[in-house]
Amino acid sequence: MERQRILIVEDSPTMRQLLVFALRRLRGVDIVEAQDGMDGLRKLSDGRFDLALIDINMPVMDGLKLIGLMKSEDSLREVPVVVITTEGAAQDRERALRLGADEYLTKPIQAHRVLDVARGLLERGRTAS
Amino acid sequence: MSDERSSRAAQGEEFLEAFRRGLDFTRELLHENERLRGRLAELEAERRAGRDCAGRCAEIEQENDRLASLCVASAQLHSTLDLDEVIRTITEIAINLIGADRFAIYALDERRGELLPLAAEGVPLARLQACRVGEGRIGEVVAGGRARSFEPSRDGVGADGCGEPVAGGRARSFEPSRDGVGADGCGEPLAVIPLRVEDRPLGAIAIFRLLAQKPGLSALDHELFEVLASHAASAIFAARLHAQSERKLGTIQGFLGLLGR
Repeated sequence: MERQRILIVEDSPTMRQLLVFALRRLRGVDIVEAQDGMDGLRKLSDGRFDLALIDINMPVMDGLKLIGLMKSEDSLREVPVVVITTEGAAQDRERALRLGADEYLTKPIQAHRVLDVARGLLERGRTAS
Repeated sequence: MSDERSSRAAQGEEFLEAFRRGLDFTRELLHENERLRGRLAELEAERRAGRDCAGRCAEIEQENDRLASLCVASAQLHSTLDLDEVIRTITEIAINLIGADRFAIYALDERRGELLPLAAEGVPLARLQACRVGEGRIGEVVAGGRARSFEPSRDGVGADGCGEPVAGGRARSFEPSRDGVGADGCGEPLAVIPLRVEDRPLGAIAIFRLLAQKPGLSALDHELFEVLASHAASAIFAARLHAQSERKLGTIQGFLGLLGR
């Protein structure tokens, strides 16, 4: 079975490391890290990804802008997106989902929740292809 | 007459034969029933073991998550000798791992015996005032040397192990103010984490408000408080020493440069 690739776009090294720790439990998965939206976009353009975990508040380019760009680009439109943010308000959630995010997780994150969501979206992608 | 007798005898034989077959069949059924009972017991035991195993797996996963959080927190704190980076890491841990929305980091001015606000998130630094060690919630916790939460944790266990809002040895009612910052300038924190290296106090972290989606402090949060209390303090201490040694090195090199001219 072909290995799947996950991109983590998060400016906090602490948070990135925690997400890597959690996602490493998935089998057959490679994890790539990006430190802001621009870096994320560069890495998304460089290769195929099966899932992107994106923080909202980031320098250079924020997460919502990145999701908007992804959804307007044919080659990136189908990549499932999980938003990870401190913003817990319903309108923030709705805004991200309207932009095309598949899931919305609030901080502080629970590793098992991230794992469940990632597993589900990767499985969905595998079934679709 | 003889025919009738032999016919009855044959019938009797047939009946006996049928009865014996019935008996054998019943024995077989009893045997099968016994075997199935045994199998059922085995399956039940397997099911119980499976359930225990699933429960144990979930426990191990939770423990793994807990250790990962603690490991990431301490590794990040010791990944730099730059004071600004250390402060940034403390901020990240408070937001991302604890779920703090408003908090401040205080540094101890040993000469004046005061805790001075060094960095803040969610509240303007200028609004925070210095606190005296031993006074107010923050000062009392720094004097006491143990992290305390002033609200019952989600699992009913506070950092002091009793879950009661107790400060300075006296039971007190600690209701956070609406904006999370008290009138006394030191604020009315939900939790205070003293920063200490061995017995030497260096400062404190005061958490005034949690993120809206965070229902309360958990057992893991209290463990993170312990990590912050010791590791953040030693990281700050190391960064300060490093800055001092760099300054001294600069001075010595400058002096040697002057001598060499």
